[in-house]
Amino acid sequence: MRGREDEWTGLMRSAMAGDDAAYHRLLRAVTPVLRAAARRGLARAGQPPDQAEDIVQEILLAVHLKRHTWDSEAPFAPWLFAIGRNKLIDALRRRGRRVFVNIDDFAETLPGEAPEETASAGEVAAQLNTLPQRQRDVLQSIAVESASIKDTAAKFSMSEGAVRVALHRGLAALTTKLRGQ
Amino acid sequence: MDTDQLIRSLAADNAHRAPRVGAVLTMALLVAAPLSILIFATFLGVRHDVMSAMGNPFFDMKFAVTLSLAIPAIIVSLHLSRPEALLRGWGWLLLLPVGLLAVAIGSEAMMAPAMPMTMRLMGKNSRVCLVAIPAMSLPLLAGALFGLRHGAPSRPALAGALAGLVSAGLAATLYASHCTDDSPLFVATWYTLATALVTAIGAAVGARVLRY
Repeated sequence: MRGREDEWTGLMRSAMAGDDAAYHRLLRAVTPVLRAAARRGLARAGQPPDQAEDIVQEILLAVHLKRHTWDSEAPFAPWLFAIGRNKLIDALRRRGRRVFVNIDDFAETLPGEAPEETASAGEVAAQLNTLPQRQRDVLQSIAVESASIKDTAAKFSMSEGAVRVALHRGLAALTTKLRGQ
Repeated sequence: MDTDQLIRSLAADNAHRAPRVGAVLTMALLVAAPLSILIFATFLGVRHDVMSAMGNPFFDMKFAVTLSLAIPAIIVSLHLSRPEALLRGWGWLLLLPVGLLAVAIGSEAMMAPAMPMTMRLMGKNSRVCLVAIPAMSLPLLAGALFGLRHGAPSRPALAGALAGLVSAGLAATLYASHCTDDSPLFVATWYTLATALVTAIGAAVGARVLRY
């Protein structure tokens, strides 16, 4: 547990220093833990676990857009789990559930218990279709077709800077739309 | 979109750097301040006997009280803009103006009273105070809420209440230079009521707009 969380903190420090690969590894490493916690929270609220992936994706988006509130001197896990809890509570409220989120839903996750998998979720995909064309194209290209920023720029005859702006705006817009549902 | 794909797009956006919450909050307050100052300059203005008033420790005390509200409220609101932050260990900072007022009321009580207590408490400006502080607070409150939206508070209503305290503290600092009621009893009553009103507005709006 301790070792895992120290590793996360190290990866996040590298990520904030500009290491995109470390950031990618970190997000992949925390996802199974978030997924297990989201399933547990849904189960406690009497909800089917198949909505867990929507919650996981919302947490990941919030982590991404709020990472400037993480203090690089502080451990990463408490910050991550606080965001996870907030998003889980929001998601359950939106589904009209009375909320009993055990504050240990996130912190308690044991390694090995969390299944390694990737699952698709409906909400982000649905909101993606409501984005402006250019943001949608860029997100599709980078996320679904795994194109680099450079290749995406060439494909749409845009500058790399414009691709970066469209990507960031698209992610921010997705988050706003998810919150507003 | 599956989660691995989402993660890929987030990693591709890693180069994007957002400013710190403190920087955004500072900018937002600086943009809002001229509006509050405009309200002050148009309807209130500095009191005419300000030069002699500055020799009165109870006049000066008003600024100590209002700034000891505004500055700690800024510090605590920035702390609470981190999702894992707790009020515990930080909330006592907000008691500073209360402590200062208690000391001021105690000192005044030990002096020979210039006026009866009820006159000092009621003053001449209680209504102006109750309108002016909230009115000058509103632009600052909007600025503070805008700045804190950049954060990720786990308790949006509490963060909104702190935005209310920040803006009321700053607005009261302006107002204190206009008001001729210097008794700490007046400050403790009317400034507090006006601040409570702004704080309640901040909490209600914050609960909606500070969710992230």
